[in-house]
Amino acid sequence: MGPSLIIGAAALGVLTGGVYALMSSGLALIFGVMRIINVGHGAMVVLGAYLSFVLLRDWGVDPFLGLVVTMPIMFGLGVVLELVFVRPLRADREALSVLVTYALALGIEGVLGYLFSADYRQLRVSYDTASFAIGDFRITWVYVYGFLLAVAMLLALFGLLYRTRFGAAVRATMLNRTGAQLVGIDVERVSAIAFGIGMATAAAGGTLFGITTAFNPDSHYDLISRLLTIIVLGGLGSLRGAIVASLGMLVVEDVASVLISPTWADFTFFVILVVALVVRPQGLYGVRVRGAA
Amino acid sequence: MRLSGLALLLGVAVAFPIGLPGPATVNVGVFTLMYVGLATAWNIVGGYTGYISLGHAGFFGFGAYALGLIVTRAHVPAGVDVFLLVPLAGVATALFAIPVGWIALRTREATFVIVTIAVMFMLQILATNLRGLTGGSQGLAFPVPGWGAAFDVPFYYAMLALAATSLTVSWSIRRSRFGLGLLAIRDDEDRARSLGVRTEVSKLAAFVVSVALVGMIGGVYGYYVTYIYPQFVIDPLIGIAMVLMAFLGGMGTLAGPVVGALILEPAQLYFPYGLGQSRLYLVVYAAVFLIVILLLPRGVVPTLGDWLEQWRSHRLAEAQDRPRGDEAVVG
Repeated sequence: MGPSLIIGAAALGVLTGGVYALMSSGLALIFGVMRIINVGHGAMVVLGAYLSFVLLRDWGVDPFLGLVVTMPIMFGLGVVLELVFVRPLRADREALSVLVTYALALGIEGVLGYLFSADYRQLRVSYDTASFAIGDFRITWVYVYGFLLAVAMLLALFGLLYRTRFGAAVRATMLNRTGAQLVGIDVERVSAIAFGIGMATAAAGGTLFGITTAFNPDSHYDLISRLLTIIVLGGLGSLRGAIVASLGMLVVEDVASVLISPTWADFTFFVILVVALVVRPQGLYGVRVRGAA
Repeated sequence: MRLSGLALLLGVAVAFPIGLPGPATVNVGVFTLMYVGLATAWNIVGGYTGYISLGHAGFFGFGAYALGLIVTRAHVPAGVDVFLLVPLAGVATALFAIPVGWIALRTREATFVIVTIAVMFMLQILATNLRGLTGGSQGLAFPVPGWGAAFDVPFYYAMLALAATSLTVSWSIRRSRFGLGLLAIRDDEDRARSLGVRTEVSKLAAFVVSVALVGMIGGVYGYYVTYIYPQFVIDPLIGIAMVLMAFLGGMGTLAGPVVGALILEPAQLYFPYGLGQSRLYLVVYAAVFLIVILLLPRGVVPTLGDWLEQWRSHRLAEAQDRPRGDEAVVG
């Protein structure tokens, strides 16, 4: 087992980590702004993948280009879902939001299953066989394209958050919701738009995910367990944490897949989580609330 | 009044399979009682302490595998003997839950939910990968008792016993100082701690008790369905169903989970559950879920309780407003 295999696996980990970073940043954003755990984020990623699938299958639209269509659709859907299902929750928001978003996930899974059956799908493009090699390890170029797109989107997201007035409003809401309200920020509007952005990033993530991985309506469970693990490790509500954790986790997983075995690879995810919880419950960039995470 | 009502309910429950025999009806009874037990047990953690666990399904499966492994390794013959070993599965689950719970309970609220989900998936992966132990995705087989036509009936009574146990445990916790401590943790954990409630120990104890009950119920379930597979016995839908039932009925109340289970489980069983249809079933399930959360955020039992209070005070006010002929008019 040459070192090139490990380096190659690590490289792949970075490339897929970028895509996970995009998906989990949306999740972190939603938590940061609204203090709710969107357990349905995985389902939304899968929904984004299916939207791209439909565009590809029925209209021959390339998945990357199709993002121009799928992202606005998912953004709009996100805003609507927030207005209808999340905003009415007043008291006990955190606990109820978990149940609500889980219900949404089930609903999405049900609809997708009805429309597309349980068959595995994948976004096949003409250029998905071209690959390059790192020593003994081969990586298809689509992983690189996906990574570049993810990086571009994350940069755009950070640009939005740190260079625009709206972004400042979002960051203020994340820091202190009441304080933000007191200075005149419409936190409800910010929340709705943040949820929409979260969905849009899920759409993008879903498309990239769907190009490299076969998926079906059931895939959201596996996805959400990983995404949730990532944001806990990164620190709930921290975008930086989500990105670092994504890259870290995926590199470890892919290297473990090569060093140990593929079947135990996703177990490493949870092992890392357990270790992190024992050592640092608030995650890498999380804030210690009172006594714990 | 309460006690006689309870006795009546128990009497009905015991008489049910005799009065309404037939595998289909008793089957509904088995699953309904299963969820009564599960929802009540979950409530000990979720309702009393406020720590929402979405991973209880993992322990349900753990209990099933525990009992299955004990039974197959010890070559226990099919029959009533298996039921006698159920408490052992409960103990096994409890022992497992101690370190897991200790780690999980180091986190709060949001993180805790995620950790429980992670634990559930970890258990599922372990069950699938440890093929030598669990049979992996090929499953584990329980011995099949030869009870013929009345096959479901002993399982019904086993589930009834476990449901009654769950309720008794939940009831006694609720009336105790320990239970008060749990409710205090739910309201404000730091304040509870500063008032002297031993939060770490209490939370863990509640978690372990809850999970042990769930594990035992899982054991009986495994025996009932004979073959257990990682993805079907560690099923997130089972986990969320018990949460929804406790929630619908009223988290933190004693009767709430029971009411929730009695309403939802028969309904759940009557939805067509063929493989092709099961997808739309999810949509309906989700819709019910959302309607319950948005319309009855506190659950059936507390809301009914409120209505009862309002009705009573309304009647009382009416009674006091009624004019009396001998009322002296103060000038």
